[in-house]
Amino acid sequence: MAAIEILGLEKTYMVGFWHKRPKRALQPLHLSVDEGEIFGFLGPNGAGKTTTLKMLMGLVFPTAGTARILGREWTDPEVKAQIGFLPEQPYFYDYLTAHELLNYYGQLSGVPGKGRKQRIEEVLQRVGLTDVKGVQLRKFSKGMLQRAGIAQAILHNPKLVFFDEPMSGLDPLGRREVRDLMEQLKQEGKTVFFSTHILSDAEALCDRVAIINKGELRGVGAVEDLTSTVQGKVEVVWQGTIVPASMKALGADCHVTGDTVRAVLPENQQDAAIDALRRERIRLIAITPLRTSLEAYFVEKMQVEKLQQSQTAGKTV
Amino acid sequence: MSRIAYIASNTFREAVRDRVLYNLIAFALLLSGAAIFVGQISIDIERLVVVNLGLTAVSLFGVVIAIFIGIGLVSKEIEKRTLYTVLSRPVRRWEFIVGKFFGLAGTLVVNTFFMGIGVFGALLYVAHKFTRPDAQILVALYFIVLEFLIICSLALLFSSFSSPLLSAVFAFSLFVIGSFADDLRGFAGLTHGFMRWFATGAAYLVPNFSALNVISAVAHQQGPGGTLILQNTLYALFYTTMALSGAVLIFERRNLK
Repeated sequence: MAAIEILGLEKTYMVGFWHKRPKRALQPLHLSVDEGEIFGFLGPNGAGKTTTLKMLMGLVFPTAGTARILGREWTDPEVKAQIGFLPEQPYFYDYLTAHELLNYYGQLSGVPGKGRKQRIEEVLQRVGLTDVKGVQLRKFSKGMLQRAGIAQAILHNPKLVFFDEPMSGLDPLGRREVRDLMEQLKQEGKTVFFSTHILSDAEALCDRVAIINKGELRGVGAVEDLTSTVQGKVEVVWQGTIVPASMKALGADCHVTGDTVRAVLPENQQDAAIDALRRERIRLIAITPLRTSLEAYFVEKMQVEKLQQSQTAGKTV
Repeated sequence: MSRIAYIASNTFREAVRDRVLYNLIAFALLLSGAAIFVGQISIDIERLVVVNLGLTAVSLFGVVIAIFIGIGLVSKEIEKRTLYTVLSRPVRRWEFIVGKFFGLAGTLVVNTFFMGIGVFGALLYVAHKFTRPDAQILVALYFIVLEFLIICSLALLFSSFSSPLLSAVFAFSLFVIGSFADDLRGFAGLTHGFMRWFATGAAYLVPNFSALNVISAVAHQQGPGGTLILQNTLYALFYTTMALSGAVLIFERRNLK
């Protein structure tokens, strides 16, 4: 079953002094996210990621379209008992301590009073917020607030978690911990939907991603599929600084770095390259198929769009 | 229902931890203290002065607290985005508004209770004993609480669609106009044609705070009767329900950008 089905959600804001000028924040969006997957929602700033998330959370009303979450209408308040949400750059009631905040959110989410205290301790430990008892949130750093935000999103053990820019404000160690946490959530059978513009995080974590720009979906698919449309080339790495002539003859593009050589050559020359290295008695370290990175795919999508825009502008002129 | 109670309880906690609230209470207590001082230098009318000044202080500072906190109840939550993590839970928007209302109303009731103790303390200090008519002060305090309920709901109504500054201006203006509602009705009776309709409509639309103000009567030991208590109670509940319904209707449709 699909955890999320977005069926043509779209949003147009009326802007200007008299609210007469329409500004489309999201074109009709059709998207499906399977249960148990980590799904990345990628796009540059202002692409429409947060608008989509806000509509799914019922914070912003769509101009048209509908959605289903965990098989039910997304407007059904009871669905919300099974989802967790971390907003972008979260800000909480700063007069509360982390324990009080989580207790309040636990009450609102229907976490039973019995065992709530223990659950709060577990969750705080899980996000690395220990030793914060009695400390009001106004004294928290940005990274600590982000952790508190993640804690409130998973407090009630939701089946589906929405994270809006979860790595924002975190140091490299914190980012790593959040990545680990998201993988753990997946192992627990939960669905994770997160928006980001940090592509390396998405590439490392996601089963599937969708790319959105200027409110329009530009591509969607499994990370392997999006990144394997390359080139048909392999990278061969061997020990030493010698580049045999036979390798050059195969059309390899070789670079010597320290005491290793990296050569990129067509995939159909792979066997010949291995034979050549064997003949020269050179120690082979690795052969890896070259893939496009998600970043390259993303940049390509953005560039295509820019090109289309400039062509349209040219026609208009 | 319990979610409303949780939201109300958190709103109460926020108000209690807000330092501005303590400043206002301290100021109100100071005014009650001043009532004692003025009472001592007012020969034979100590009781009148203490009751008048004390209850006016309770009313005025309660109104300031109600407007000051009420105008930020919704708009501050939107501005600071604290609302996002509340409404993304199984909380309906009307529950949020009603919870916020009860939280602020509860804060003001507790406030009035303590300030009322201050007034009775001041009265005991100058009169050395309580008399039967002093019980009418309780009715005046009850009417002040009813006044607060209306102001809370109006502040929430304005807060649900406008900025804190504009909400404060609207709420305070309505408080001032409502305090002269009887005069407005009198003025309507003196006019003709369209102006009469307009003035009458405005007089009945604005909250009638003058009917809730019995401070002077109580100070002169002319307490309100049971009919007025019943009428004022029903009127305050009706007006509050209407204003809260308006706040809910607006908030239910609002995009939280």
